[in-house]
Amino acid sequence: MSQPKTPLGGPPATRRTVIKTAIGAVAGSGAITGFPTLWAQNIKDVVIQHNGPPVTAIGLIGEQASKDLGFTVRMQASENADLLNRFLTQSSAIDTADISLPFLKYLIGRDVLQPIPRARVAHYEQSMPLFTRGKYPDGRIASQQGVAPFGVLYAINAEGKAFAKEETEWLNGIPSVTNADTLGIRPDLVSRPITSWADLLDPAFKGKTALQDQPSVGTIDVAMAVEARGGLTYGNKGNMTRAEIDKTMAIMREVKASGQFRSFWTTFDQSVNLMASGEVVIQSMWSPAVSAVRTRGISCTYQPLKEGFRGWGYVLGMMKHLTGLKRDCAIEFANWYGSGFQGAVIARQGYYSAQPENARKFLTAAEWDYWYDGKPAAEVLNDPFGKPSIKPGEIRDGGAFMQRVGNIAVWNSVMDEDRYLTRKWNEFITS
Amino acid sequence: MSLAQNSDEAVTIAPRSRGRRRWRLSPQAVSWLQVSPLAIILTAFFALPTLVFLIVSFYDYDRAGIYPDFLLTNYEELLTTPATLRVYVSSLKFAFIVWGITLFLGFNIAYFLVFHVHSRTMRTILFLACAIPFWTSGIIRTIAWIPFLGRNGAFNQGLMAVHLTEQPLEFLLFSPFAVCVTYVHLFTLLMIGPIANSLAKIDPALLEAARDAGASRWRTMVDIVIPLSKTGIALGSILVFTQVMGDFFVVKAMSGGQSASIVSQLATEIQAMQYPPAAASAIILVLFVALMVGCMMRVVDVRKELVR
Repeated sequence: MSQPKTPLGGPPATRRTVIKTAIGAVAGSGAITGFPTLWAQNIKDVVIQHNGPPVTAIGLIGEQASKDLGFTVRMQASENADLLNRFLTQSSAIDTADISLPFLKYLIGRDVLQPIPRARVAHYEQSMPLFTRGKYPDGRIASQQGVAPFGVLYAINAEGKAFAKEETEWLNGIPSVTNADTLGIRPDLVSRPITSWADLLDPAFKGKTALQDQPSVGTIDVAMAVEARGGLTYGNKGNMTRAEIDKTMAIMREVKASGQFRSFWTTFDQSVNLMASGEVVIQSMWSPAVSAVRTRGISCTYQPLKEGFRGWGYVLGMMKHLTGLKRDCAIEFANWYGSGFQGAVIARQGYYSAQPENARKFLTAAEWDYWYDGKPAAEVLNDPFGKPSIKPGEIRDGGAFMQRVGNIAVWNSVMDEDRYLTRKWNEFITS
Repeated sequence: MSLAQNSDEAVTIAPRSRGRRRWRLSPQAVSWLQVSPLAIILTAFFALPTLVFLIVSFYDYDRAGIYPDFLLTNYEELLTTPATLRVYVSSLKFAFIVWGITLFLGFNIAYFLVFHVHSRTMRTILFLACAIPFWTSGIIRTIAWIPFLGRNGAFNQGLMAVHLTEQPLEFLLFSPFAVCVTYVHLFTLLMIGPIANSLAKIDPALLEAARDAGASRWRTMVDIVIPLSKTGIALGSILVFTQVMGDFFVVKAMSGGQSASIVSQLATEIQAMQYPPAAASAIILVLFVALMVGCMMRVVDVRKELVR
C-alpha cells in the first residue's frame, strides 16, 4: 500500500480529500468503478483504538465518531503511569491517544508517535494560538514555565525524533483539551476572602490544607504559594534547578512539621471527600472534583488567584505503526475530534476545547454562555451524560474563558531533575 | 501374544506385570512430582520475578527507559536518603504496636473460643462472626473507618453529644492512631486462626492434670498453654508482621498520606516511571522481611511443630 500524499500548502484536508487519497491508497492507480461502495466497504472494518484518561476517553464520544465516520472508534481509558506505560510498551495495540503535554516529554524520540503533517490538520487555524504559537489571541506571550503547549507541539521533521522550537510543518499531536487549575476552597469555612496562592501556606488554615500526592504537581503548587508569599523566586517553577528544589523542599518540610497539611491525596474521590467532609478547607483540586462536592449540596469554589492558574493540556497523538488506510482513518478521526462534538462533551464537565469555536457549534447558547463566557446559567445545564449539574443562575468560578486560560502562570510539568525531585518528594512525605 | 507355550494364566499375568513395572516410579520421582506444583508456582511467581527485580535494581534509567548496566547508585541513593530510615522505623513501629495488640486480642479470643465455649455449634458460629468482616474487601473495611473517625465523624459527634469533649478530636483520623486502629481491625483474625488451631491441639487432660497437681491458673497458662501454642503465636506473628511491612493502602488512606510506608515510597517511584530504584527498594524490603521472619523461625521451629 502506497503512502498517500497531500501536497503541502494545499487546501486543508476535508473528509472528501481524505476519502480520495484513501481510495488511491487502496486501489492504486487501477480503474475504479463505483468507488463509494468500495470506500465504505474498506473502511467498514477499520477499528481505531483510542486511549486516554477516563476524563477524555469517553464512550459516547467514540460512539458518535463511529456513527459519523463509518469506521469504528473504540475508547479505552486508563490512568497516569498505567497510560504512559501502555504508550511506551504496547503502542502497537493503540492507534490514537489523548496525550497530556508532560507525557510528550517521555514519548518523543522513542519511536512511539508519528508526527502529523500540518497540511492535513483540518482545524489547525481554529486551534488556540496558545497551543500553536504560544500566544494569546491578543498577542500577549503566554507563560512558558513548565511543559507549555507551544514548546512541545511541533516536531523537527517527519521522523519526529525531537521537539522543534518554532512552528514547523509537523505536529506531535493535534491540540485537543486544555484547562486552568487552581485551589479549591470551602467558602463557608475559610471565613475570609482567598485571593492568593500564599493562602495555602497561611497558618490560619493549619491542619486544614491538602496537596496532591504527586511530586511535580505538589511541588509546583507549593512553589506558587512560596513565590506569592515572597522570599523565593524561581527561574521556572515548572522546571526547577536542584538548588530551587532543595530550597522549596526545606520550606515544605518546615510547613509540614508545623502541621499545616491535613492530608496528601492520590485519587479524585479522596480530594472530593476531604473537601466535602470539611477535613480540609483549601487544597489543590481538579475542576470536576469541585463540581462533585457541589452536587452534594456543599459549597465549594474553584478560586481564581491573582498569581494565575496552573495550566494543563492534551493533544491527540498518532502512533508510529499506523500506515495506509488505517493512518488515513486515524487522521480523519483526529480531524473529527477537533470538529466540535468532542469539545462540546468535555465542555460540559468544565474542560475547554482547543478549538473553542468548533465546540460552540455543538453547544446550546446557554451552555456556551455559562462554560465559556462566564455568564450566569440561563437554564439547568447537564453534564456530559445528561445528568443535571448546573442550576439556573450559577456562575462559573473564574469567569470567562480568557480570564482563566488567559492567565496561566505555569503548566503541569515533568522536570529535567525529575529523578531528584521524586527522591526529595519521598523524603518530604516521610518527614 | 503367547511368547511360549505357557498356560493361559501365565500368558495373561506376564504382560500385565511387565506393564506395571514400566509405569512404576522411583520413590524419589514421586516426591519430585508431589512438590512440583508448588515448586512451579513458587518459581514462576516468586523466584523469577524476584530475580528480575534483582537484575533491574542494578540498571541505569532515565525518564522513559531502563538500560542494562551494573550500577550501585540505586542502592546507594536508597540507603543514604533519610527517607528510607524513616519509613523503616515507622513501619517497624507500626508492626510492633500492631503485633502486640493483635497478639493480646488474638490469644485471648482464641483461648475463649477453644476452652470456654463448649458447644460445637456455638464455637462455629463465633468463629464465623470473627470471619464475617473478611467477606468484604480490606479496602472497604479500611475506608469505613474514615467517616467514623473524621473531624465531623460519628465518633466525634457522639463524644460531643454526651459532652465528653468540647471540640472534635483531631488525632482520630489521618494519624498514626487511625493507622493502628485499622491494622488491628484488619489483622486480628490472622492471629486468632493459627493460635486457636494450636490451642485446639492441646489435650484437655493436660490442663486437668495441672489443676490436680495444684498449679494456679497463671502457672498452667505460662507452663502449659503458652509453650504448647507457640507455633500458632509464631505463625500469627509472621502473618501480621509481613502484612504490616508490606502494606501500602492502609498507611496511605488512614494517615491521609501524612506518613509513608516502604511500599508507598516505592509506589511513588513507579508512578514516576523510575523502575530501577523501585526494584532496589523491593529487594531491600524482601531481604529485610526475610531476615525478620528468619529470626522468628529461630525462636520457634514452625516446621517441626506443624508436623507434630
